[in-house]
Amino acid sequence: MKRYSLLLGATALALVPAAAMAERGSSGHLNIIYWQAPSTLNPYLSGGTKEVESSSLILESMARFDETGMMVPWLAESIPTVDNGGVSADLTSITWTIADGVTWSDGSALTSADFVFTWTYCTHPEGGCAQAGYFDGVTSVDAVDARTVRVNFAESTPFPYTAFVGSESPVIQAAQFAECLGARAPECTDANFGPIGTGPFKVDEFRPNDVIELSANPNFRFPDRPYFATVTFKGGGDATSAARSVCETGEFDYAWNLQMDPTILAGMAAQGRCAIEVSFGTSVERIHLNQTNPDPALGDARATVEGGPHPFLTDPIVGQALSMAIDRPLLTEIGYGAGGQPTCNVLPAPALYASTANDACLVQDIPGAIALLDGAGIVDSNGDGIREYNGVPMRVLFQTSTNAVRQDAQALIKQWWEEIGVETELRNIDASVFFGGDPASPDTFQKFYADVEMYTNNFAGVDPQAYMASWLCGDMPRPQSQWQGSNTHRFCDPAYDALVAEMVRTADLNERGRLAREMNDMLVRYSIIPLIHRGGVSARAATLEGHRMSDWDSELWNIMDWRRTQ
Amino acid sequence: MLTYTIRRLILAIPTLLFISFVIFLIVKLSPSDPTAGLPLTIPPEVREQIRESLGVNDPVFVQYFKWLKLMVWDEPLHFIEGTTGWQVAPDGPRIISYQTRSPVMDLIAQRMPQTLWVVGTSYIVGILIALPLGIISAYKQYSVFDQVGTFISMVGFSVPTFFTGVLFIVIFAVNLGWFPSVYNTTHVVTDWDSFVVQLKQIIMPVMVLGLYNASQISRYLRASMLDNLNQDYVRTARAKGLTEKIVVLVHVLKNSMIPVVTVIALNVPAVFGGAIITEQVFKVNGIGQLLIIAIQSGDVPVVQTVSFIFAVLIVLFSLIADILYGVLDPRIRYD
Repeated sequence: MKRYSLLLGATALALVPAAAMAERGSSGHLNIIYWQAPSTLNPYLSGGTKEVESSSLILESMARFDETGMMVPWLAESIPTVDNGGVSADLTSITWTIADGVTWSDGSALTSADFVFTWTYCTHPEGGCAQAGYFDGVTSVDAVDARTVRVNFAESTPFPYTAFVGSESPVIQAAQFAECLGARAPECTDANFGPIGTGPFKVDEFRPNDVIELSANPNFRFPDRPYFATVTFKGGGDATSAARSVCETGEFDYAWNLQMDPTILAGMAAQGRCAIEVSFGTSVERIHLNQTNPDPALGDARATVEGGPHPFLTDPIVGQALSMAIDRPLLTEIGYGAGGQPTCNVLPAPALYASTANDACLVQDIPGAIALLDGAGIVDSNGDGIREYNGVPMRVLFQTSTNAVRQDAQALIKQWWEEIGVETELRNIDASVFFGGDPASPDTFQKFYADVEMYTNNFAGVDPQAYMASWLCGDMPRPQSQWQGSNTHRFCDPAYDALVAEMVRTADLNERGRLAREMNDMLVRYSIIPLIHRGGVSARAATLEGHRMSDWDSELWNIMDWRRTQ
Repeated sequence: MLTYTIRRLILAIPTLLFISFVIFLIVKLSPSDPTAGLPLTIPPEVREQIRESLGVNDPVFVQYFKWLKLMVWDEPLHFIEGTTGWQVAPDGPRIISYQTRSPVMDLIAQRMPQTLWVVGTSYIVGILIALPLGIISAYKQYSVFDQVGTFISMVGFSVPTFFTGVLFIVIFAVNLGWFPSVYNTTHVVTDWDSFVVQLKQIIMPVMVLGLYNASQISRYLRASMLDNLNQDYVRTARAKGLTEKIVVLVHVLKNSMIPVVTVIALNVPAVFGGAIITEQVFKVNGIGQLLIIAIQSGDVPVVQTVSFIFAVLIVLFSLIADILYGVLDPRIRYD
């Protein structure tokens, strides 16, 4: 836990040179384009990345994450740790102290009551709060005094930096939202579209799914910041046109999430008007191998434990051969360019948790895969070009969401797998259905009525405990759970469950790192085939400086330090 | 004529009810989910709570009748209160968008101005181009002007707006730098300079859509003119010694406009419906963009309400077109 306190000084120092150069509003007007437009400025009512990031200009939390995934005290004086007494020795509570002199943009003081209210607001049973996950395990939030907030947990919580940390659980003003609890939340349109915040900017005008006009918060706690006086936050269009408006026409200064053909983006950037910023968090594009049998002949027992294990994908040798046949660097180059790195881990970051035990997968080895299958006696016995596993021909149905990059990757992987004697049928499903989770639809990624499927997942924040608990035996999607559950490929290993339980009890960071790496290695040998560590890709105008791209928090987390080059 | 109009209006009620129910079922039974666009980091229990709070889990008929009651009773009262200031609106719920959690009617009202500006202007521009193009093309059939006009209108008709739109942006915004590629919906025209800014930002979307509209209307007008130019009454008019100008622009044009006016009237609802693709390309963010984003994110109330208003306008303008037909052509009587 010591490292959190170490970085406080470092960040404070980093901010000094900028402060000496400019004053509030001296950089004029900033134009930001998000090609997906924000629908509301209340992140608790949406949960979408576009809403979380746009509201991070206005709403703030106790701490934010910088570009390395380190916590930076934001509204708090310092990061509470066990060493400084901020976290109780039994790890069941964390006590935050609000920095001195923080006010809302309307001039009133930020107090601990606002944090208590925020917790009440988000945990109201009828509210449908999208960030309720941040308050999981929180039994109460107490206002110790006007500037001290204590968050109490039901049980020992080794990583207590969830509630009020990061851009997804910011503090909202009790006075403004008092009448908006529970089912009344949608009635407060004015508050949801123009929240009063502590952040560097305040809302002047908000048009849902279109544009936000903001201006510098006159009551912001740093008298010299933000350097920009006004901001236009425009939404709409698509990634390519957003990139064009920064890199070719220069109408905008910052464009977010440029998921587009990497060669086109590189060509635009080569003109010199913009710089491409990339930051890597925890997103990994991966292939899941279904451990249960998705054969339609099984009827209701299809893709469930009751229907029996998959005829061949539960064998690690098969998974290993499928993994060896894939050329990850090529997939990365074609689909992601600078925005991706080949990876062999399902948990690629932070560095402490990243395993190096599987790096051999970075190099494609088709002859090796063929030799491996041949050696295991999995051969093509009837000469049709497809291997048989205990008499079952190795045919797989490979599904993913509809997306040009994914379909390119599918086609390449199909070709490589057919080279090693595994026939592959491709299927793609509209993203809103695939990720929609409708229990009545046969096409969701949770139902997994296919042999293998590919998508990206990640976790918010920097602690992987909850993420690694996704693959507990009990978390399989099944009819009894309305097909909900995070263990989509029905992985089940009692030894894995034991490691998850051990991690919950372990506070020591290095030990937690070891446990996480061990769990990662169990998963990637070989029921998950990790492909690409995906980063956020954004473009900023060459004249914009002070930007520090973080994939651990809102990309706009330090917008108060952004400025125009002189 | 009056009884006819009243009969048509009464007949429109079951038609619209049927349309609204079909739209509702199509949207509702399609496999989309308002929480599908959220990051996977949001757990399923929380998603279920979100769905519960949106009312997605209510029985389909309950949802439909809730919506219908709000649409035909509460929302019109809110509209009356908004425009007149009379305190007539009930305090109850309104039709709420899943995405923004705000009243759908407010979203529509907010988006109507830019849609009317861009799509409406393009329609007028289209008509203004189409009139001379259609008249001259027909009068000088198979001349060079006619051939060039036919070529241009075929191009305008068959090349999709997502291509012409991006082409315009690449030429005029990227290479020449004359016009902005992103439409600013908050821009207010107060003086000459701001009017010039508005003109610059509106010209590309208007021309892209205008070209398409002009192609369509000019073809109708040309065909209609050709039909009339060979009629006996035209020969009579010429025999009476009238000038060509009067023959063409008064006698022929007046008669040729009858079918064209109905075509124009029938297309007016499309102006309110916005232009989904062109609005996306230029980021005009009007009704069309509202609709497409709502479809993508499973926002049933917005899709339902916008499509319903669209249906009302279509029913209304087909009635207007029919009545206009009767007014313009005295031979047609509905009674």
